[in-house]
Amino acid sequence: MALDRWIALVILGITLAYGYAAFFTMDGSLPPFMRRNPIWPSTFPKVLAVLAILTSLVIVLGLEKSEGPTKKPDIDYTRLGDYNLGQAIFLLLLMVAYALLLRPLGFIGSTIGFLTVGAVVLGERRFVVLIPVTAAATFVVWYLVEQVLGIFLRPWPFFI
Amino acid sequence: MIEGLLIGLGAAFSITNLAMVIAGCLIGTFIGMLPGLGPMSIIAIMIPVAITIGDPSAALILLAGVYYGAIFGGSTSSILLNAPGVAGTVATSFDGYPMARKGQAGKALTVAAIASFCGGTIGAILLMVFAPMLSTVALLFHSAEYFALMVVGLSAIAAFAGTGNVAKAVLMTLLGLIMATVGEGALFNMPRFTMGLMDLQSGFSFITLAMAMFALPEAIFLVLNPARSAQGNSGKIENLRITREEGRKIAPVIGRQSIQGFFIGVLPGAGATIASFLGYAVERNIASKEEQEEFGNGSVKGLAAPETANNAACTGSFVPLLTLGIPGSGTTAILLGALIALNVTPGPRLMLDEPQIFWAVIISMYIGNLVLLILNLPLIPYIAKVLAIPRNYLIPFILFFTLMGSYIGQNNATELLILVGMGVAATVLRFADYPLAPLLIGFILGRMLEDNFSRSMQLYDGVGFIIDRPMTLGLLVIAVLLVVIPSYRARRARARKEGVADGD
Repeated sequence: MALDRWIALVILGITLAYGYAAFFTMDGSLPPFMRRNPIWPSTFPKVLAVLAILTSLVIVLGLEKSEGPTKKPDIDYTRLGDYNLGQAIFLLLLMVAYALLLRPLGFIGSTIGFLTVGAVVLGERRFVVLIPVTAAATFVVWYLVEQVLGIFLRPWPFFI
Repeated sequence: MIEGLLIGLGAAFSITNLAMVIAGCLIGTFIGMLPGLGPMSIIAIMIPVAITIGDPSAALILLAGVYYGAIFGGSTSSILLNAPGVAGTVATSFDGYPMARKGQAGKALTVAAIASFCGGTIGAILLMVFAPMLSTVALLFHSAEYFALMVVGLSAIAAFAGTGNVAKAVLMTLLGLIMATVGEGALFNMPRFTMGLMDLQSGFSFITLAMAMFALPEAIFLVLNPARSAQGNSGKIENLRITREEGRKIAPVIGRQSIQGFFIGVLPGAGATIASFLGYAVERNIASKEEQEEFGNGSVKGLAAPETANNAACTGSFVPLLTLGIPGSGTTAILLGALIALNVTPGPRLMLDEPQIFWAVIISMYIGNLVLLILNLPLIPYIAKVLAIPRNYLIPFILFFTLMGSYIGQNNATELLILVGMGVAATVLRFADYPLAPLLIGFILGRMLEDNFSRSMQLYDGVGFIIDRPMTLGLLVIAVLLVVIPSYRARRARARKEGVADGD
């Protein structure tokens, strides 16, 4: 089964759960005076759930055939190993690490770290250029956000 | 209209707004040139900045400037590198890149700039004429018609996704609508589908979603496939002049394509990409025999056609946004989201309640086009240096800006985890060729769709409004036909083909 049908199956699961919530669990907590309304908070979700379940079934069962030559995709997911998958996953993990460290480590430390490590992962080795560039960029962004836009970003680690 | 123009002139010629136009065009050109970053990603990244500006007309002017700039920058990289940064400029590379290889890069850029300028300017004039007309009609609409109109818009977007993809596009739209129901709505005053999580109480953040759908997958694709950020030799760009004869050749093309492109842009779901391909195809078909030979080998006509059409279409896509409040494309959907965040509701009332926003945007379109022609064209040889930024620096910075954008909006580190999670999901969806723009449009229209639906349900005490109001019924029928007809025709074509095969 092709990837797009697997995805449709996953979405089908999500919409089934969503539909279950809309049809069976949501109305229980509805106050009595709202029950007289022609529209309930669950009305629109119910419609959406039914339509989404039907559409994902169309894809899962392959009812709609694609016509003509399928255009060459940007990335052929059946040969993911041929691409720089390791780098991509590492960068995503780096983003997660950034999200978790932003508060405790402060903006400046974590951003310089993120940009430097990211570039090193991609193959940059000229640290003499890299570190000044990332440091300068970090300070400029911090200055713009904090001073110009007026949004507070804690610059230093929590213990300072 | 004259009165409106004066209001617009007054608003647009303030120092701040002029600075916004110039800054927007420059930023857009700069980033749009980078392969892989389209107008949607750039505008998504610029939204936090625009929102903090606070003044809705300034913000919209900035974002619109970024939009034109990105399209202009995209055509530059199409011509110089054969690496379109934007889907709307793919057709530009058909003839632009051969011209550049023949050593006429400067001339190609000039033709592109003039074509863009004319397309954008004529588009703005048409917008000025048609938008007020459409919004007078739109004032007669009730919430029932709005509901139906949004359904038409959403299904048109799905229908334009092409055969074999309609179901996918519909599913993405529905998924966007479903995501819009998460959180606390104004109408019912109770949290829905939050799964008890405080972070979902106010629903998904639109900026995070926009970043996760467009900017992040692009960056991941750039990492996965280094060939995408192909850094060719941008070389020397000189001799920007075009001859009088060439000017005479492209003038009728520009005239036709400005009008055609504009009206294609008005249609929901069509937008710049379809306009540019269609413009290219039409001009090739009506060209004379020997000119047809030239198409694809560096024809000035073949370059002028898509460039004019995509710019006119960009302007055209503002018509449904400003008059009906319904975005026709991913980019205008992002603009709509930004406007809502600035407490402006685009729609027919916009022209009555806040005319200065509407007219300032139109005037800034003229200024933006002028800026692109006068300021950016001479600067192109220098701006093209951005193509030399090493990928090792570029990618971490793109990732960092997506993170910053969604962090500034919410000031919440959990938002960053949601961003990464949804970005991964969006990348997988792109692997399987699911269109992502419908999801975002569905998400943005979701709240409005439900509000209008609920209001009409309350007014008519049930679904009676569908039958009682003929216009609503008609629009809903159109919506159904839009989705059903393409797949029906595909099925019939297949049946016919199979029949022929049997006969053999």
